[in-house]
Amino acid sequence: MLDPPPLDEGIQGARVGVADDSLTGRFVSQHYTLTETNADNEASLLEKAGKMLAAGQRLFVADLPAATLIKLADLPGAHAGVIIDATNTDDSLRASLCRADVLHTMPSRAMLADALMQYLVLKKWTRIMLLTGRDPDDKLYADAIRASAAKFQVTIKADRPWSFNPAAQQADTGHYEVNDEVAKATQDISYDVLVVADEADNFGDELAYRTDTPRPVAGTSGLVPSAWSPVMDEYASTQLQLRFHKAAGRWMTNKDYGAWLAVRAIGEAATRTGSSDPSTLIAYLHGADFVLSGYKGPELSFRSWDGQLRQPVLLADARSLVSISPQPGFLHETNDLDSLGVDQPESACHF
Amino acid sequence: MLSFFLLSCSPAWAFRIFVSNEKDNTITVLDGTSLSIIATVPVGARPRGIVLSKDGNSLYICTSDADHIEVLDLKTLTVTRTLPSGADPEFMALSRDGKTLYVANENNSEVSVLDLAQGRVTSEIEVGVEPEGMAVSPDDKTVVCTSETTSMAHFIDVPTHQVTASVLVGTRPRFAVFTKDGARVWVSSEVAGTVAVIDAATHKVLTTIHFDLPEVPKASIQAVGINLSADGKYAFIMLGPANRVAVVDTKTFAVTKYLLVGQRVWHADFSPDQKFLYTANGISNDMSVIDVGALDVTQSVPVGQSPWGVVVGP
Repeated sequence: MLDPPPLDEGIQGARVGVADDSLTGRFVSQHYTLTETNADNEASLLEKAGKMLAAGQRLFVADLPAATLIKLADLPGAHAGVIIDATNTDDSLRASLCRADVLHTMPSRAMLADALMQYLVLKKWTRIMLLTGRDPDDKLYADAIRASAAKFQVTIKADRPWSFNPAAQQADTGHYEVNDEVAKATQDISYDVLVVADEADNFGDELAYRTDTPRPVAGTSGLVPSAWSPVMDEYASTQLQLRFHKAAGRWMTNKDYGAWLAVRAIGEAATRTGSSDPSTLIAYLHGADFVLSGYKGPELSFRSWDGQLRQPVLLADARSLVSISPQPGFLHETNDLDSLGVDQPESACHF
Repeated sequence: MLSFFLLSCSPAWAFRIFVSNEKDNTITVLDGTSLSIIATVPVGARPRGIVLSKDGNSLYICTSDADHIEVLDLKTLTVTRTLPSGADPEFMALSRDGKTLYVANENNSEVSVLDLAQGRVTSEIEVGVEPEGMAVSPDDKTVVCTSETTSMAHFIDVPTHQVTASVLVGTRPRFAVFTKDGARVWVSSEVAGTVAVIDAATHKVLTTIHFDLPEVPKASIQAVGINLSADGKYAFIMLGPANRVAVVDTKTFAVTKYLLVGQRVWHADFSPDQKFLYTANGISNDMSVIDVGALDVTQSVPVGQSPWGVVVGP
């Protein structure tokens, strides 16, 4: 892998968020501190969190797998606080597993898929081929693509698992083999775009230029829908990008952005309410008055029905911003941002 | 019977219009009467905020990417002096006595106080994240700075350089201006798409003005520049990518009209007789001319690449 995820991914976003909150807070006599806690396993993490809750800490920003996040939310005392999930895209956390004390700043997989499908519809590239990796997360991503394709009337011309050994490329002649496999997997299908579901980037980067017919790649590789990207420079985001780079010595990733949003959401609620009381903050965060500027154009706010932060989704490749969804014409009766992801009538979340 | 009248008008006094173009690093100089381009003056990288000196002899230019302020001599139309400003100066306000420039340094959450006689930054005042809008009260005693991420208008006491009040306004406040009597401060918020009118004495928000344009997506309604007419009756609010200027009655705070101008309107300035308002339109690369009496857009004049600021001067 050329670009392994940085070890401090997420935490650096939270740190910049706390710095921003603190600069704001000093004008209203509010002080912010970030306590960073890492654990190798779930039991140890829950034990640490339990101690923090017992000590009266109530505001948490989480970078956790879905199962652990739910256990954290169900710990004694957690219901009296706020947990902002900053990195998890799992749709079930916004549906059957949703919790009133948990908010989500990362777009759900459903939102990411909708952002991509809207763009494909706009381009009239409405016939796709779906290639799905072996990891459980890949299957969830593929499920979101399938649901979104149905929603926006995009046809899945072929829906196939990718089972080729990702280590093959490492052999000296591996590229022949990979090229051959990709060509074979994509032949005899009439489609416009190859959509890949490979969240860990095991093979997705090895599809472009190798397909049987020349087709662009999108999904977890190629044209990627995401909350944030280093290539974003619109809506004054250069300010945030440079501020982050100065603090972290690297560019801001998706997870950093989610954590920054989470910390900023808490800061914004505290500044606007003049309070640090968790019940006041969570009521404000869920309420109609809460808005956050996320350097992506419109104001961001939390959906009342599932705790998801509504936001534009970027569509970018490694070097350039291609578009930002929602796309023109995808309207919603109250907020066009709600054309992305699960809308209130369809929501399976009941707090 | 046919008759016609030949109207000849000579301006009370000649004036020029200066437009900063942030992409091609120039100042466009136009004749105020004919609206023809007299000169295109190369300046430092990314000129944005521009302010006329009190004696009318110079134009101060925030050249943001050059990290300094340039002084354009308006007789020779050459940059004669460079002033320090701190990193990434975007906008500034000049004290009424003409001696001090207050500069917003967006990247380091500070306002630089620049003594023009000495040509140096004499102090730095800490404000919120991404300071941008700057305004000086008519009595020179108070400076207002808006910080965009913090969403506050900071009131700074000039003698002590202390922030005496921070007023929460809509998200991403970009621009501030005092009314002529100094009683109120108008602050625009770009992301919220609103304008707050603040009582300068009590620091309370008197009202928040909203803009409703059914044919424009809400996210495109981004309030930026504000121009208050000299008679105190009107406020003209530049609405950025909504490509409109809102006309607000300053007594009722009602929006009385939306004027369609060029694309992504940033800032504007009045002609000396207040009969016209000239707007810089960042995407359509032109300047719209608004007839203030008729409340109508009468003309558009091409200028440089990505025009940002407009100042009318001698």
